[in-house]
Amino acid sequence: MTRVLFITLMAVLLSACSSDWGWYVVNPTTPKGMTNLKFLLSGLGYTVLLSVTAIVISIIIGLLVALPGLSKNRLLKGFNRTYVELVRAVPILVMILWVYYGLPQLLSVTITVFWAGVIALALSDSAFEAEIFRAGIQSIDKGQYEASHTVALGYVDTMRFIILPQAIKRILPALGNQLVYMLKMSSLVSVIGMQELTRKANELVVTEYRPLEIYTILLLEYLVLILIVSAGVRWLERRMETDIAR
Amino acid sequence: MQSVSKFFGSFQALNSVSIDVRLGERVVVCGPSGSGKSTLIRCINQLEKHDEGSITIDGHPLQHNKKSLQVIHDNIGMVFQQFNLFPHLSVLDNLTLGPIRSRGMSKKQANELAMQYLERVRIPEQAAKYPSQLSGGQQQRVAIARSLCMEPKIMLFDEPTSALDPEMINEVLDVMVELAESGMTMICVTHEMGFARRVADTMVFMDHGQIIENTNTAKFFDSPESERCQEFLQQILPH
Ligand SMILES: Nc1ncnc2c1ncn2[C@@H]1O[C@H](COP(=O)(O)OP(=O)(O)OP(=O)(O)O)[C@@H](O)[C@H]1O
Ligand SMILES: [Mg+2]
Repeated sequence: MTRVLFITLMAVLLSACSSDWGWYVVNPTTPKGMTNLKFLLSGLGYTVLLSVTAIVISIIIGLLVALPGLSKNRLLKGFNRTYVELVRAVPILVMILWVYYGLPQLLSVTITVFWAGVIALALSDSAFEAEIFRAGIQSIDKGQYEASHTVALGYVDTMRFIILPQAIKRILPALGNQLVYMLKMSSLVSVIGMQELTRKANELVVTEYRPLEIYTILLLEYLVLILIVSAGVRWLERRMETDIAR
Repeated sequence: MQSVSKFFGSFQALNSVSIDVRLGERVVVCGPSGSGKSTLIRCINQLEKHDEGSITIDGHPLQHNKKSLQVIHDNIGMVFQQFNLFPHLSVLDNLTLGPIRSRGMSKKQANELAMQYLERVRIPEQAAKYPSQLSGGQQQRVAIARSLCMEPKIMLFDEPTSALDPEMINEVLDVMVELAESGMTMICVTHEMGFARRVADTMVFMDHGQIIENTNTAKFFDSPESERCQEFLQQILPH
C-alpha cells in the first residue's frame, strides 16, 4: 500500500517537471501557495467528521434493519426487504438533494448542510450495512443460539453477548469497505455547499484556474485518507485475531 | 411427556411418544440414526416445538410462552454433540455468562461457582484459555460444566461423545458417571452401551419416531422384547 502511494507520488512529481504543470499555485514555499494549500486542507476536518458520523449512524440503522430481517415473522421480514430495496434504489446525489431541499419542507424544520449530509449519507449506506449485518449474523452457527438457550439467555442477551461479537468480527472487512466508500461519497455533499475537501477544491479552482494541480491534490487527499482507514481496519482485525483466539 | 408428535413439514419425526422420567432417574435413549432421538430430547427443552401432545416439567405443562421458557431455563441443561461452546469467550466466561446474566449473580460469585464446576470436570487449570485451545474431550467437559453452572434439575445429553476421538471418550464418560452418581436426573442419547449398563435406570429404544422399548436396564440387555431392538443390540454390542 505504501508502495502504491510512493509510485503515485513519483509519477505526479515527474510529470510536474513538464511545462504543462503550474505547481506554484500550491507551492508551500510561497506565501500564496501556502495559503492555498491550507485552504484546501481546511476541508479535511469536515470530510472526516461527516463520514465518521454518517457511518456510525448508518451502522446503527443497518443493525436495526437487519435484525427484523432475520426473524421468522413475515411482517418483520417484509419491513426489512422493503427498506433495503427502496433505500438502495435511490442514487446518493438524489438522496442528498432530497434530504436538503425536500425534507425540511416535508417536516417543516430547518436542517443544516452538515446534518443533511450526514442523514443522506447514513440513509444511503444503511441499506448496505443492513445486508452486511444480515449475512454476518446468518453465518453464525445455529448451535450458538441453542447453547445460549441452554444457559437461559434471552434474545437481547444472546445477540449482545453471543451472536453480534462473533458476527462483527466476521464482517469487519466489509464494514471497513463501507467506511472507505463513505469517505468517497462524502465528496458529493459539496453540491449543497458543505465545506469539505471537494468543495474547497472547487472554490479554489474558480479563483486560481489551475484545475489540474488542485484536483490532483484533492485526489491525493482522498488517497491518503483511505490508506489510513485501510491500515486501521487491518490493525483492528489483527488485534481481534489475537484477542480472540480463533 | 404424553403422546407427543413432531412434524418436519409432512415428515413425522416423533409419532405419539409418551415417557415419564422421575426426579433422579437416569434414562439412556438409543436407536438407529434418524429414529428421532435428538428430536425427542430437543422437544423437552423446546429447541424443537412439539406439534401434538403435552410435555410437563415439574408439574408445569409446556406451552409456547414466556412462563414455559422460564420453566425450561430454570430446570433444564443440555450438552450437545458439537459442544457449542462460545468461541469468542474464555472458558471461565463461557461458564459465568449464564449465571451472571440470567441468575443475577455477581461476577465474583459466578467465578467461584465456575471454578468449583471446572474442578469437578477436572480442568480448573484451563479456565483462562479459549475453547479452540482445548482438546475435544476438554471442550465437552467445559460444556458439561457450563450447563452445571446453571444448576439444572435435569440434564439432557445428545450423543455427547460422538464427535470425540476414541481416546477422549472416557474422560467425558467418567464425568457423566460421576454426575449420575451424584443423583442428577439425566436423559442421555448415546450409543455407549457400557456407560448405559453402568448408570442407566431405564433404557429407551426408538425407531421411526416411536418408542419401541422402555424398560429397566437389566431387562433391556438380557431380554429385549422387540425383534428390532434385539437386532440393534446385536449390531452395536461387541460379541
Ligand atoms: N430441522 C429438521 N428439518 C427436517 N427434518 C428433520 C429436522 N430435524 C430432524 N429431521 C428429521 O427427523 C428425523 C429424526 O431426526 P433426529 O435428529 O431426531 O434423529 P436421531 O435419532 O437423533 O438420529 P442421529 O442418530 O443421526 O442423530 C430424521 O429423519 C431427520 O431427517
Ligand atoms: Mg441425533
